[in-house]
Amino acid sequence: MTDGLTKIEVLKTPYPVSGEQRKRGRHPGAWPAARGRRKVVQGLMFTLFRAAAVINGIALLIIVSFLVAKGYRAINWTFLSQPPMDSMTKGGILPCIVGTLCLSLGAIAVALPIGVASAIYLHEYARPGRVLRMIRLGINNLAGIPSVVFGLFGLAFFVVYLKMGVSILAGSLTLGALTLPVIIGSTEEALRAVPDTYREASLGLGATKWQTIYRVVLPAALPGVLTGAILGLSRAAGETAPIMFTAAVFFTPSLPTSIFDEVMALPYHIYVLATAGTEIEKTRHLQYGTALVLIILVLGLNLAAIIYRARLRRRKMV
Amino acid sequence: MDRPLKMSVRDLNFYYRDFKALTEVTLDFYAHQVTALIGPSGCGKSTLLRCLNRMNDLIPYGRAEGEILLEGENIYDPKVDVVTLRRRVGMVFQKPNPFPKTIFENVAYGLRVNGARDKALIGAKVEESLKNAALWGELKDRLHDSALGLSGGQQQRLCIARALSVEPEVVLMDEPASALDPIATQKIEELINQLKESYTIIIVTHNMQQAARVSDTTAFFYLGMLIEVGETDTLFTRPKLKQTEDYITGRFG
Amino acid sequence: MTRRLQTELERIKKRILALGAIVEERVRRAIKAIELRDGELANQIMKTDYEIDELEVEVEEECLKILALHQPVAVDLRFLIAVIKINNDLERIGDEAVNIAQRVENIARRKRVELSVEYTAMAEKAASMLRMSLDSLVSLDLDLAFRVLILDDEVDQMHREIYDNIKETMAQKSESVGFLINFLTISRHLERIADHSTNIAEEVIYLVEGEIVRHGRWEAKPEEPQR
Repeated sequence: MTDGLTKIEVLKTPYPVSGEQRKRGRHPGAWPAARGRRKVVQGLMFTLFRAAAVINGIALLIIVSFLVAKGYRAINWTFLSQPPMDSMTKGGILPCIVGTLCLSLGAIAVALPIGVASAIYLHEYARPGRVLRMIRLGINNLAGIPSVVFGLFGLAFFVVYLKMGVSILAGSLTLGALTLPVIIGSTEEALRAVPDTYREASLGLGATKWQTIYRVVLPAALPGVLTGAILGLSRAAGETAPIMFTAAVFFTPSLPTSIFDEVMALPYHIYVLATAGTEIEKTRHLQYGTALVLIILVLGLNLAAIIYRARLRRRKMV
Repeated sequence: MDRPLKMSVRDLNFYYRDFKALTEVTLDFYAHQVTALIGPSGCGKSTLLRCLNRMNDLIPYGRAEGEILLEGENIYDPKVDVVTLRRRVGMVFQKPNPFPKTIFENVAYGLRVNGARDKALIGAKVEESLKNAALWGELKDRLHDSALGLSGGQQQRLCIARALSVEPEVVLMDEPASALDPIATQKIEELINQLKESYTIIIVTHNMQQAARVSDTTAFFYLGMLIEVGETDTLFTRPKLKQTEDYITGRFG
Repeated sequence: MTRRLQTELERIKKRILALGAIVEERVRRAIKAIELRDGELANQIMKTDYEIDELEVEVEEECLKILALHQPVAVDLRFLIAVIKINNDLERIGDEAVNIAQRVENIARRKRVELSVEYTAMAEKAASMLRMSLDSLVSLDLDLAFRVLILDDEVDQMHREIYDNIKETMAQKSESVGFLINFLTISRHLERIADHSTNIAEEVIYLVEGEIVRHGRWEAKPEEPQR
């Protein structure tokens, strides 16, 4: 009734109110002071929350524009299609791009089947109890392990002990282990989002549990699973420490031909150019250029995930 | 009276962990009859219904003691295949729950999971089931549309068609019309009346007028116990027990 | 919602009992008119009959409303059905009282009457049957209701005696036949009052037991053990 009016305006409202009514608080103008204060507080909180959200966007904007500003000069077709030359002061980052793609896809190839299978087991089959709790504890802890520790583990286990050497295989397995909790988490969430009523209906018709999962639950959870996969992919693409010891190298003259080859990678290349190269200052623009390419790749993948999920959600049928 | 016995519950106790949801329930269900289970919330009628096709097996801490006989065989016998049981004893749920698939695929689902592959056979059975559920006329030109685009009443009848596609002997209905408007409810009730010629129907309902309209036999439950069971017309004009009378006249519950 | 139904049922009960009281009072007046051969009293009875008719219609409409709105079952349903039928019977009893009044008027016009018929016993019995049947409705007393059914036989017997008596007199005094018929008719009306009261008692039994005991189906009942 008196919304939109300020404190003073409310007091002036020509509304016939007896003293009795005002005391009882039945009338809108009864406590104008309190109402005004409440509105101010509400407005303040809203502004704070909105500011927080905006800061996120601004941060991203700053980083991206910084990189664009510093790195756009380096981007051209040569950059993207040629290997580095003259001790990395000239040329391009083609092998890095290829390497990053191989490693990320490899990571997903490892993490997706194991992750989805684990999530199905955890959500659909496991009975509540100590064993289940321990498994979940393990997964949560796995998610918390620092990426450099993953790298060391990969080095010690895959590269040395299993004698894979520094290779795409070792790198993929290490990155896969890192991405696993992400896949398990998003798959479980997707499975949880499938209403139990579907499962009940399926079982009520005489389907087995596996038939139910295979014919109803998984198809319905697919958007969530694939979105999680894309997000895992983008995460894997950007990791440096796990691949440092297991797959990436400073320089390799040719593109990889088998999974046992070593590769160059975008994040590692940035690190290399910025710290270990002989001409750090001279390659500064290349560093920013590489970083820009990496960011575009990662953001691009995330955007693809979001768009894909939105389209699948609208489809409604499985 | 010489009516064939379809299912029997004998001294059934059901526990959720330590909570006793059903106590010593003994009840007969006769073939080609509609039996209604009534009672206030929490009286165990839905629990009993879900025991009849062992859907309660899915509950982590559920435990059943006693026997439930389907044509003489105890369904809790370890040798019994639950999957086959659920084909013989079908279920329609309270809230319509069609799969997010086409109308055709929804009705064909039961057939496919039970091994049917012949396209012609599946097509014929889908048509038959939709006819049995009084939906064929309305939907025969929309078989490949999404089932989720149907109205609530149509969705529920689709779920009934889906349940009928595997040719069950008994159809369990858990408050099938409670989420529907009066006209859709009426259609469901008419359908139940037609279906009882071919199936045995057991229905749980909150709505006593519905139980009175639709069923041949009514069983009244309270706090997990079967209080009274009898022919519907007798139970609603001259119940034997005061507790039953108090419930159906609305003096409690 | 159910409390409203209970309130409505209580109201109906009060009204039907009120109607019963009015009808009872009419019957007593009619009996007095017979004894005193009072034409004035008889006239009053005829004039005020419309009250009973109006009340009967009101009660029936109330019952129909409750049935439509509340769809009662079991005992509530039987109660309403019983009330509708008792309502009907009470109105008929009222009509019988009017009929008696008309006969009394005819009789009162004559100066001196040779014949005097003793109606007292029969009339008292009929009146008390009405009283008992209404009491049994109030207290839902099955014994009382069954006693009414037994009394009906006695009233029938009394009616036959009076009938024979008057037949004899008619044979002897054939010139007064037109006049004597009034006395016969009064007896019949009293017997009808007894029959309607019996109906009311049968309705009460149905209400309580859920069994329909009309048309002599109760014959076995008095043998059964006390409940």
